[in-house]
Amino acid sequence: MDNTTTYREAVKLAIRKAMSEDERVFLMGEDVGHYGGCFAVSMGLLDEYGDKRIIDTPLSESAFTGAGVGAAMNGMRPIVEIMTVNFSLLALDQIMNNAATLLHMSGGQFNVPLVIRMATGGGKQLGAQHSHSLEGWYAHIPGLKVLTPATVQDAYDMLGLALSDPDPVLIFENSILYNSKGILDTKATPLAIGKALVQKEGKNLTILTYGINLFKSLEAAEILAKNGVDVEVIDLRSLRPLDDETIMKSIKKTHRVLIVDDGWRSGSISAEIMARINEQAFYELDALMARVCTVEVPLPYAKHLEDAAIVQVDKIVDMAKKVMGLS
Amino acid sequence: MELDVTKAKEFYKQMLLIRRFEEKCVELYSNQKIGGFLHLYIGEEAIAVGIMSVLDEDDSVLATYREHGQALARGISAKSIMAEMYGKVEGCSRGRGGSMHLFDAKTRFYGGSAIVGGSLPLAVGMALADKMQNKNRVTVCIFGDGAVAEGEFHESLNLAALWNLPILFVCENNSYAMGTALKLTQSQTDIYKKAESYKIHSKQIDGMSVIDVAKASTRAVEDIRESNAPMFLECLTYRFRAHSMFDAELYREKSEVEEWKRKDPLIVFEEKLKEMELWSEIDTKEIEGEIKTIIDEAVEFAENGTLEPIEDLERFVYSEVQNG
Repeated sequence: MDNTTTYREAVKLAIRKAMSEDERVFLMGEDVGHYGGCFAVSMGLLDEYGDKRIIDTPLSESAFTGAGVGAAMNGMRPIVEIMTVNFSLLALDQIMNNAATLLHMSGGQFNVPLVIRMATGGGKQLGAQHSHSLEGWYAHIPGLKVLTPATVQDAYDMLGLALSDPDPVLIFENSILYNSKGILDTKATPLAIGKALVQKEGKNLTILTYGINLFKSLEAAEILAKNGVDVEVIDLRSLRPLDDETIMKSIKKTHRVLIVDDGWRSGSISAEIMARINEQAFYELDALMARVCTVEVPLPYAKHLEDAAIVQVDKIVDMAKKVMGLS
Repeated sequence: MELDVTKAKEFYKQMLLIRRFEEKCVELYSNQKIGGFLHLYIGEEAIAVGIMSVLDEDDSVLATYREHGQALARGISAKSIMAEMYGKVEGCSRGRGGSMHLFDAKTRFYGGSAIVGGSLPLAVGMALADKMQNKNRVTVCIFGDGAVAEGEFHESLNLAALWNLPILFVCENNSYAMGTALKLTQSQTDIYKKAESYKIHSKQIDGMSVIDVAKASTRAVEDIRESNAPMFLECLTYRFRAHSMFDAELYREKSEVEEWKRKDPLIVFEEKLKEMELWSEIDTKEIEGEIKTIIDEAVEFAENGTLEPIEDLERFVYSEVQNG
């Protein structure tokens, strides 16, 4: 049997599985019902589950995200879909001031088992209000968990993991990945939240990355192999919590590190990872740490400019060569 | 709602408890026993007491940072509230919340929110969950006139009406959002009319009269339970004290404050009871004595409370039980 499927289908299968197994689960967001989802993830689910569980909302990000928080505190397991990370800023009050703080402010009395899914990332000429990658930003906030599924397997697994977590979990789905294909094993035991995954083993250089840049990094690793550099590629999977153990273990093996981050470099998740490596594995390093990030500009529309702004395979290759002293 | 002697005593005692409790808080704040912000409810007691008197145990309450009154009237003990103000583990939020974030699972009291308007979306979700689970609960969401300026107010009222959710929205309109008068910030100062525009049945009532509040909320809660649709009460009221303890009150005339003080909910209630020939049944000395005991015991409880060990600082950021 061919078990290859798309990322989009994997997310949908995961939603369907959760909705079938747990009547507390429902999906709510803009255009998730009659339209079938902005990225067609929930296409058909309205017919299957009805409008009590697949709920079209008005363009009121703050209210429907906050409603997700309230419903989660009161016995339900909502999945809130926000069209893009840029729109999530309209709901930031609810995410930051309520979802992330209620457990603490209430002295442990009220937990918020809420899942928020949103599209992230540029590369489609959508300009400066639809293209940003703010997952690293969200990873700053105690009380939240931040997941960045890159593979089809994780697109499926992470929704289930998030729904069985007692606290708010944000899932960032890179919109370019929805059409990507991969192997899905629905019977596999999911790798827990907070665990990174070594996607390709190597001896000379560790590349730490997440989301769509996993594939760019793997491509770069193939090119680098031709230059005699054996790269280890690690999919971080979760930006909060970060898997320090897997990161440091790899650095103790390769002694060189390159971080590939979809966010802007200032105050980024790559900056945080560098700081942790500095704190925990500085003496293991044989070269300065390096990173490839999105250029610090609101993403432009023109294709050549956008391409120049975001992470590309050749940028990874060039930076890796620098770390290896090859250029 | 019939006002008999028992109920009259209860209303009077609860309003007076809130008044005396907060007067004590002022003293303790001056003595630096209580830190942070302290927003007093004095003058607005009739609303909390009137509303809470009509709720069932299973109903849910969401309030603002000016919520000592609602918390007491909902039945959270004066001891655990005072311990919270002291930042002690015995406090209703284990000292993690403080005056602005009182929480209590037992009485379904969901805070204590200090982002103006921020709890309205939560109320929508709470009520949505009740409806989905076929629970015949009412969610009461209390906020001030300042919240009306927030987008979350409008988004939430729309959703509550659109989805027919069992929510009682209570706007405590004390005419000022901190130090700015409603008339300086709103084109429409009759707030209940805004709710009406979302097709929510709405009423403007005298928030200084506990009887009026109790009557209106009895009716509203009955209607909500029957229709599953939201209701909106705009309670006209006045904050006798400053916004918080750092407020020189430059934005309002003393004469205005004095005028409202003549409508003090305790005085208004006393006059009403005299009219009804029930006042002679109220032993104010006895009630004052009972309240003094409650407050003295609360202060003692808080004084003797425990400070959470620093080692526990990072608790309650994530759940300790991975229960799903």
